[in-house]
Amino acid sequence: MIKIPEEPKLTSLKEIEPYTWQLPKHGEMKVPGIIYGDKEIINHLLEDVKLGKEWNALKQVYNVATLPGIQKASLAMPDVHPGYGFAIGGVGAFDTKTGVISVAGVGFDINCGVRCLRTSLTKEDIVKNQEQLAQTLFDIIPAGLGSKGDIKLNFEEIDEVLVKGAEFCIERKYGTKEDLEFIEENGKINGADPKSVSDLAKRRQFKQIGTLGSGNHYLEVQYVDEIYDEKAAKTYGITKKGQILIAIHCGSRALGHQIGTDYLKELAAASRKYKIPIREKELVCAPFKSPEGQKYFSAVNAGINCAFANRQALVHLTRIAFEKAMKTPHKDIKTLYEIGHNTCKLEEHDGKQLIVHRKGSTRAFGPGRKEIPEAYSSIGQPVIVGGTMGTHSFILHGTKKGMEKTFGSACHGAGRLMSRNEAKRKWRGTELLKDLKAKGITIKGHSMAGIAEEAPGAYKDVTDVVNVMHNAGIAKKVVKVKPLVVIKG
Amino acid sequence: MAYKYFEHEADVGIIGLGTTLAKAFEEAAKAVFNTEVEIKTVKPKQKIYIECSAENEEELFIEWINKLLAEADINDVVFSKFKIESMKNFRIKAYAFGEKLDQKKHKIKTEVKGATYSMLEIGKKNKHYFAKCVIDV
Repeated sequence: MIKIPEEPKLTSLKEIEPYTWQLPKHGEMKVPGIIYGDKEIINHLLEDVKLGKEWNALKQVYNVATLPGIQKASLAMPDVHPGYGFAIGGVGAFDTKTGVISVAGVGFDINCGVRCLRTSLTKEDIVKNQEQLAQTLFDIIPAGLGSKGDIKLNFEEIDEVLVKGAEFCIERKYGTKEDLEFIEENGKINGADPKSVSDLAKRRQFKQIGTLGSGNHYLEVQYVDEIYDEKAAKTYGITKKGQILIAIHCGSRALGHQIGTDYLKELAAASRKYKIPIREKELVCAPFKSPEGQKYFSAVNAGINCAFANRQALVHLTRIAFEKAMKTPHKDIKTLYEIGHNTCKLEEHDGKQLIVHRKGSTRAFGPGRKEIPEAYSSIGQPVIVGGTMGTHSFILHGTKKGMEKTFGSACHGAGRLMSRNEAKRKWRGTELLKDLKAKGITIKGHSMAGIAEEAPGAYKDVTDVVNVMHNAGIAKKVVKVKPLVVIKG
Repeated sequence: MAYKYFEHEADVGIIGLGTTLAKAFEEAAKAVFNTEVEIKTVKPKQKIYIECSAENEEELFIEWINKLLAEADINDVVFSKFKIESMKNFRIKAYAFGEKLDQKKHKIKTEVKGATYSMLEIGKKNKHYFAKCVIDV
């Protein structure tokens, strides 16, 4: 008798703990789905299902739960929204022996992430010189379509970037060894063979190291608005309200995009070869141990290193801008931490080697993990959560509970609520700039349409997203920061 | 003949329409580059040869868009006009026309990361061919 697969019952969610919802294991699922959210977030997901939307995040949580070797649960963080194959905010951990590696679980912008810098400047220092600082940053930081970095590379040098990551920049005096200490993987992940990356991907990156990009990428000068946990804040070098931090949000640029494009094809073939059902065109994968899986893993590592180098080059340019506009010596701008939120990494959880995919999700390791800088070991790693342009952002810390429940993962941002076109119809870039100026925020961008697409109202409220993580105990709030200067592509 | 956009929650949906499938592909390419810049402001001064292939029509469409994005990047240009010289056995030979990208001269918008398989559809409706997909921005 032919077994007819059971239809996914996507509305069968139940709250198993406060802010923790389970999609019970059924149909083809190998594990249950777990979604973190408040009522509003969950209702939004259910509404998409009820409206019969093809593009829906719960379906994607279900699909990931059906993949071979998945461990514990197919997870979604509270900033969850539909992505390509994997939901954004999705986390999937797979056994390295029996599990898979998936292009969809990493996404097109490999190791997109945030570098956070701390200074001893105060809000008052910036306000006195805000316009000049904004203009200097805008002049120095290459951003927007077609911008080029100062570092021009050839094939040999790009291969070096792909292996060395941020170290490539440090060797060229674009920053200090101390920066490396406070980057995940110390700014250089092992296992990157440049041969796994196509020449086309490399050529696209020749002029793009040290560029911000566009879309939701930004550089923000922020001040500490609220401190929730003084001890943790102090450990991270944040001592008072009004202290200035700088956040740089960007990724692996064109190289990462091209790796995604190239391997979407390769892993589609691998899915067919290894008879892994393809439930959505982008949800292609290969057994982690297979030659195809290992090659993609190597390419991801190369992409991760490229993003590390890119952000390090931008940090250097930021220091130059602050020196010029504010007379701040380079050494007074220190790296607080750098996180990536589009990655898959080999990690040990409960004594087992797993390949953990985080697609629009931040690693949020709790206290004592060996991967965290020694200075932060007692608190857990900083979890940098970017808000939307002109609102506010948060720094949280990882927890022991997060290690148990989410493989040490948390949300990465606010999560889109409205399409780009809808945002453009609703807001005009120039008016947004005026409104934000009235709130004391200076925005410099290359594209007015781009600014309208990123309007604060087009996103969920990041506070609600962060509160879910905090109340569920996955990551705890340390500080809230507000922007003064925003540079956009 | 024409290009259009369709709503998408996070990214941008593009549709190219034409009297032949090749023309629909050319129009879709315009939709992509008009997402990056105001293509009216881009003169077709420079000509770049484009060749790509795939195993079926749908994949060929994705290849076509992604190849154009990659060539634009490598050559620091932005395209505004496309001419597919031949399209058979899932192989395209074409020229893309454009000029050096100038942030001051061209009204720049949002960078496109790549074409995705999402909502990918190729077909013929009311005598016109169409090619559509979502592009990741």
